[in-house]
Amino acid sequence: MLLLIQYTLIFASVLLLVALGGCISEHSGIINLGLEGIMVVGALGGALVMSRLSYLPPAVMVLLSLLAAIALGMLYSCLLGVAAIHFKADQTLIGTAMNLLATAAATVFVKAMNTAANPDNHSSEIEYVTGRKMFIVNIDGFEFNWFMPLAIIAVVLVYLFLYKNKLGLRLMACGEHPQAAASVGINVFKMRWMGVLISGALAGLGGLCYILAGVSLWKFENGVAGFGFLALAVMIFGQWKPGRIAIAALLFGLFRALSNTYMGFPFLAALKLPSNIYNMMPYIVCLIVLAFTSKTSHAPKAEGIPYDKGTR
Amino acid sequence: MKKLLKRPGVQAFVASIICILLGLLIGYIVLLIINPQGATESIFKVIQNFFSSKRANLRLKNFGNTLTKTIPLIMCSLSILFAYKVGLFNIGAAGQYVAGACACLYAALGWGWSWLPCMLLAVVVAAIYGGIVGLLKAYCNVNEVISGIMLNWIGLYTANTILSNVKETASPYTLYLDKENPAALLPNIGLDKLFNNATVTIAVPLALIIAVAVEILLNKTRLGYELRATGLNKNAARYAGMAENRNIIMTLMISGALAGLGASMLYQTGYMRWECTQSSVPAMGFNGIAAAFLGGLNPIGSIFSSFFIQHITDGGSNVNTNFYSSQISDVISSVIIYLCGFVLFIKLTMNRMISRSEEKKGEKN
Repeated sequence: MLLLIQYTLIFASVLLLVALGGCISEHSGIINLGLEGIMVVGALGGALVMSRLSYLPPAVMVLLSLLAAIALGMLYSCLLGVAAIHFKADQTLIGTAMNLLATAAATVFVKAMNTAANPDNHSSEIEYVTGRKMFIVNIDGFEFNWFMPLAIIAVVLVYLFLYKNKLGLRLMACGEHPQAAASVGINVFKMRWMGVLISGALAGLGGLCYILAGVSLWKFENGVAGFGFLALAVMIFGQWKPGRIAIAALLFGLFRALSNTYMGFPFLAALKLPSNIYNMMPYIVCLIVLAFTSKTSHAPKAEGIPYDKGTR
Repeated sequence: MKKLLKRPGVQAFVASIICILLGLLIGYIVLLIINPQGATESIFKVIQNFFSSKRANLRLKNFGNTLTKTIPLIMCSLSILFAYKVGLFNIGAAGQYVAGACACLYAALGWGWSWLPCMLLAVVVAAIYGGIVGLLKAYCNVNEVISGIMLNWIGLYTANTILSNVKETASPYTLYLDKENPAALLPNIGLDKLFNNATVTIAVPLALIIAVAVEILLNKTRLGYELRATGLNKNAARYAGMAENRNIIMTLMISGALAGLGASMLYQTGYMRWECTQSSVPAMGFNGIAAAFLGGLNPIGSIFSSFFIQHITDGGSNVNTNFYSSQISDVISSVIIYLCGFVLFIKLTMNRMISRSEEKKGEKN
């Protein structure tokens, strides 16, 4: 039971961080389908710091790996920013390309690094045993992860940013009606860049959190198993509102956690369902939930439409 | 020359070539950064693929292998471009491909069906699987990209579960099709002798015919016109009396059928077996996105772009693995997809350059 709560909280933290990133980006008018890719890149940054700088004092190392994940996430999200904001590219296509590129590039990079260190090592794995320990406080078998409070702080900050702040309200205006926003002197390009970069930072953090969830060794060939898209589903279920997104993230986190821990529940283990059923669960739940909640969508009106000064 | 450049087909071709060259250049730079010494040799290995084999016989055989894998890629790219013409981004093609693979393999190995029924079953199952995305989109307004991704994962785990019943006891792979049920293998119609390769089958001419058929369906039939109209403006299409919900579902069913047929065209050649423990969705459907856009969203173009993408993907396995990894070709093809996002911009620039030089000419006259 404790394990279930632990996994639920940690997966919910991942989904929450990434979904908030997607939420800010969409409020600025850019659909960020590249979240999955940004997660991989952010995870790579964090994993590199954790495996290379594990001799540093814990607080410094934790901070550095968080910063690395944020920085790489933001850097990678620039690919979306340049294409979608300045070149009016198809945002779905660009996001898909980013997802494919991230996994391929991370694999090539990590393999090259491993091979350079040891000519016989052609794996795409990075190990971070000591690094992971610094993120975790063990309370009677419950692995408390610093990402859990971080995710809660992120919800509060995003809420304050979007609804209690001039900048956030301006950003949201650009996702609803960019031409109207521009007419009152708001720089739509700047606002959309801000949205994309913040989403990059949050998704990068989410990626780091994801690889810290249960293991201390990550194989970058595997990417992040559709978590970027689950996060988008969380965002839609949460109707683009931070508070609701938090609740949605908990629900999805629970189902994801079940696939890791169902063996610990006698009544579930007794059903003798194949483990694949549990692996499918979060995705099935996601589909059902979306089927019921998408009809009355509160999506930002101008999301996905390139900003053109000339149109009204 | 200028007249030629004005034609949209030529523009699309030039834009694709620019994307390819830039993609290869970036791949080369990545290799240079990893290790400058073998980079030039390796990038040529990627571009050459089967041409780098020493013996003519082997070259032909490897050409056949690339061809066999190009066929499902053509089908996947047709699947994606068909949906895209109707304004739908069918990223779920990867899952529909999995559904098709699962159906034809189980029918062949579990029930001992012969090749044609297996293939038809794959088409039907994949069409239904695509139809789910369509239903969700049409009646529940679910974004097709998200539902497509979810169904990709659901399909993968379902296929793993179902195909576990027909796998070898000692390995995670399904049984050999050519040993268990040779009748389920696609007929070779003599192509195996031509290529010295038993996996080259009827799938090759069939895929080419289907590419032409998709072109005709989209551009020369009433259904194609209605579907494209729905894609351009859903509300206008409804106003003109077209059943837009039916069109959305129909599109995704056809799109799914194409992807499923592609899977049957690969797995029923005996070239590949399904690995029942695989933890990621086969890349074929995603590479189909690259091929579709690189081919300028034209069915005939996608034949060539699919061949190119598969060519460099296979070429990637020839790089010197002491320094590099074969995923370098994934990097190249994903960079190409990214650059395809700029095609509109490239075309715009081309048109602007043409009209500017024409203006100058006008002034002189």
